Amino acid sequence: MGSVRTLPAAGPWPEILSGMRQALPIVLGYVPVGFAYGVLALKAGLPAIPAALMSMIVFAGSAQFIAVGLLAVGAPALTVILTTFVVNLRHLLMSAAMAPHLRQWSRPGVAWFCFQLTDETFALHATRFARGPMSRAETLAVNATAQTAWVGGSILGILCGGLIGDVKPLGLDFALPAMFLALLAGQLGSRPRIATALAAACFSLLFLTLGWGPWGVIAACVLGATFGSGVESWTRS
Amino acid sequence: MDPKLILLTIAGMALVTYLPRMLPALALSSRRLSPWAERWLSHVPAAVLSALLVPSLLAPEGHVQASWDNLFLWAALPCFVLALKTKSFFGVVALGLGLVAGARLFL
Repeated sequence: MGSVRTLPAAGPWPEILSGMRQALPIVLGYVPVGFAYGVLALKAGLPAIPAALMSMIVFAGSAQFIAVGLLAVGAPALTVILTTFVVNLRHLLMSAAMAPHLRQWSRPGVAWFCFQLTDETFALHATRFARGPMSRAETLAVNATAQTAWVGGSILGILCGGLIGDVKPLGLDFALPAMFLALLAGQLGSRPRIATALAAACFSLLFLTLGWGPWGVIAACVLGATFGSGVESWTRS
Repeated sequence: MDPKLILLTIAGMALVTYLPRMLPALALSSRRLSPWAERWLSHVPAAVLSALLVPSLLAPEGHVQASWDNLFLWAALPCFVLALKTKSFFGVVALGLGLVAGARLFL
């Protein structure tokens, strides 16, 4: 018989599984932090459903903690919203940095990708995209896995906040710093990049000491990237 | 707090979080950027990672704390060496979790 047997096409599953696997360090970090958020939100007097909803539609760790704290002391809605805006404004830079890698994407695709753009998913994607074009399924699977971990952790915290005391003995609060460390090391392939990282670190510490808060992080990123790309232009010419 | 107001607040938070996440990517992904702009943007990941990570290690409580009892800082040093040598993402995370958990257990 001359017929050639072909394996059934695997579809997008290998890529989706690969994205889920790559997001594992984010999961390790998000579940306990999401859990802590859930516990805190209930303690602050936020009802269970809105507390979970916030993790689903806002999906921004530090801003959610700050918002819950503000709601607990009875801050006006506008104050909570404006504070969230300022705290999350740093994503402007990350979104812009993703743009050159999203040229082949449809506009709804970009819009959906950006909904799940956090510090952590950005850090991972910046490293992935630097290796060349990446599959959409894999990229979106990374994001979906990260958000599932965040929402799942939040719901666990909301449901059984009183039962489990402390996740610190497991060392899980170091999962995200360790992941950032690994991703930063991967970014330091050239001297201008090292200059960027050093400048951003120094400015970030300086502005932290000055008490600039979220504006300090944004300013440090802008100054660091400007310094490093300046070094790159200067060493090329 | 009024349940309706809580929902409105969360919807407002979602909107002001989403717009800065989405608008630059949507506006810039459909056009060619000048070489210097592309170069600048290629430096943003290193800047963002460093600006977020270094204070979380050196100043975990909001002020610079380069002392013996800053566990994250000491755990970060071998992790960073491993990261530079191997580029193994999972190895670094596993080493970090192990060091921090071990130090809390035994020190």
